[in-house]
Amino acid sequence: MGVIMNADAALLSGVEFKWKARDAFALAVAEFRVLHGERLLLLGPSGSGKSTLLSLLTGIATSQAGIVEILGTALGGLGNSGRDRFRAEHFGIIFQMFNLLPYGTVLDNVLLPLSFAPSRRARAIAAGGPEVEAKRLLSALGLPTDIGRRSAANLSVGQQQRVAAARALIGSPEIVVADEPTSALDEDRQQDFLDLLFDQIDATNATLIMVSHDRRLSRYFNRTLQLKDIVGGLNQRGVTA
Amino acid sequence: MIIGRLAWQSLRNRWITVLLTILAISMSVILLLGVEKVRNGARESFAGTVSGADVVIGARSGGMQLLLYSIFHIGNATNNVTWRSYEDVVSRPDVAWAIPLSLGDSHRGFRVIGTTGDYFEHFQYRGGQSLKFTGGKAFDDLFDVVLGSDVAGQLGYEVGEKIVIAHGIGSLGPKHDDLPFRISGILARTGTPVDKSLQVSLAAIEAIHVDWRSGSRIPGLHTPADRLRQMSLQPKAITAAIVGLKSRLQVIGFQRAINEYRAEPLSAVMPGVALQEMWGLVGTAETALLGVSAMVVVTSMLGLSAMILSTLSERRREIAIFRSLGARPFTIAGLLVAEATFLTVAGIALGMNALYAILIIARPFIDKRFGIDIGVAPPTVTDMLLLSAILAGGILAGLVPAYRAYRMSIANGMMVRT
Repeated sequence: MGVIMNADAALLSGVEFKWKARDAFALAVAEFRVLHGERLLLLGPSGSGKSTLLSLLTGIATSQAGIVEILGTALGGLGNSGRDRFRAEHFGIIFQMFNLLPYGTVLDNVLLPLSFAPSRRARAIAAGGPEVEAKRLLSALGLPTDIGRRSAANLSVGQQQRVAAARALIGSPEIVVADEPTSALDEDRQQDFLDLLFDQIDATNATLIMVSHDRRLSRYFNRTLQLKDIVGGLNQRGVTA
Repeated sequence: MIIGRLAWQSLRNRWITVLLTILAISMSVILLLGVEKVRNGARESFAGTVSGADVVIGARSGGMQLLLYSIFHIGNATNNVTWRSYEDVVSRPDVAWAIPLSLGDSHRGFRVIGTTGDYFEHFQYRGGQSLKFTGGKAFDDLFDVVLGSDVAGQLGYEVGEKIVIAHGIGSLGPKHDDLPFRISGILARTGTPVDKSLQVSLAAIEAIHVDWRSGSRIPGLHTPADRLRQMSLQPKAITAAIVGLKSRLQVIGFQRAINEYRAEPLSAVMPGVALQEMWGLVGTAETALLGVSAMVVVTSMLGLSAMILSTLSERRREIAIFRSLGARPFTIAGLLVAEATFLTVAGIALGMNALYAILIIARPFIDKRFGIDIGVAPPTVTDMLLLSAILAGGILAGLVPAYRAYRMSIANGMMVRT
């Protein structure tokens, strides 16, 4: 269990959002709070607005109304490149599948986020150097020690997810966002993967926000929320897709 | 550093299309600069048809016409220059040397030029090169003839053989077959009309026409060669003359003096100026050629743009990953522009190397076959400008997919589409 502190890692309040090109789809969030150090599971099927919510949280998309505050910083107050920089510095993101650049080596894939995040790079250097830290994470996540030089294209799906986790964790970002990271794994591997991920997240006291459709996962988390309880559609046609 | 390495690996991952794109760009570089080289070579070889000569003199006519019949042996003179006027003109104090030319006869389609030994001494082409003999020597006897290299080569003549000269320039004209000529020498290749001509002495031209009046033989008259050798064969007229002056500065004054010559209407042209005028006429074709190669460059740039654009759909995932890691849309667009720039630079480098290899290998062949010397020189300022234009085109071609990727990376957000 992570230490629950009294500060918000993330706060969404009165948010309304439309993807500009497709004005039929819209999303509203009255209030959504994630505490610092919390492990939060968001449950919901695909199409329930989870990608949009994660885009808003990480500052890839910006809301037309309301407040999105991450670690005390209002994302709306940052410029476009400011938000990109903020995301690089404070978020580690794991996707459902196809996380890695297939032509790169494992090590380059893990080290890539440091190119966009000077503070994370500084933390990795303080931890013994970026490459050392990357190798430490890879082996802590249960990967063979010589995997760094291999091409990402030659890994199994399970290995790819662990490399993606190492990439999300390098330089100790404050918030880790995971979008269905276990859905491509079988049940045993799900368990292994989550155990190893939680160990690393506990070590840096990071906040974890995970989205899944699998309610059995809730036993690993401090709190479980239904996506449909957070997200309301302004336009019913689009949201029920 | 990692970004650069990943961009490089991304290229390596697509090496076949990348290689083909680089090849297409290098082909367009070869074509554009190759055409430019051949163009310059052709112009210089053309301008070098006569060099070192200050003025060409002939009967009153246009400058181009005078040059066409006297130097290029195309068409005929409207009138002759009397020997008296010629002697009068070349005895002026500013004249350093003069080569008289007497045209009108031929041998199997090649022009026969009546001239003097000065022809071999003073005639120069391509930046001051003098005529050289590959065999034999200049004419000595009245019935000696010197052959240009094409004449000897195409007809298979060798020094010492005897040939017959025909009256007029058609190959079916009556022949001076009673008075054969001995080949005394064969000239080295020049890449100029000299190669397609035969040289005899002025006296020889007179000699073969002793028994002729107004273009046909006087029936029953036959003066044997030995008697001709003893006759005084002073020409009464010549067709044209090439004149070198003691100083370049005197050209304008000399030209005016000739054009205002009282005794008979004469014209004097500066060959350089007239050659340039003539190139202006021929030049339309080379401009068209340059236009075509410019189109090839544009095509290769469109290919470059299409190649990168076509990879975008399969690179959506890559772009989404970069974005999720904090890469700005601008960085992603920059990567694509950098890719286009790299491919263009690689294409230019490959093209330039291939071009110079081709030039070095093909130069002797082209010179021999077409009489065009394509100089193997470092790139000129024009070449550099053309290359910069290609580079700019490549960057421009990269901007199109870059802009699309920029829009895409903003619109797609975090959705990784597969």
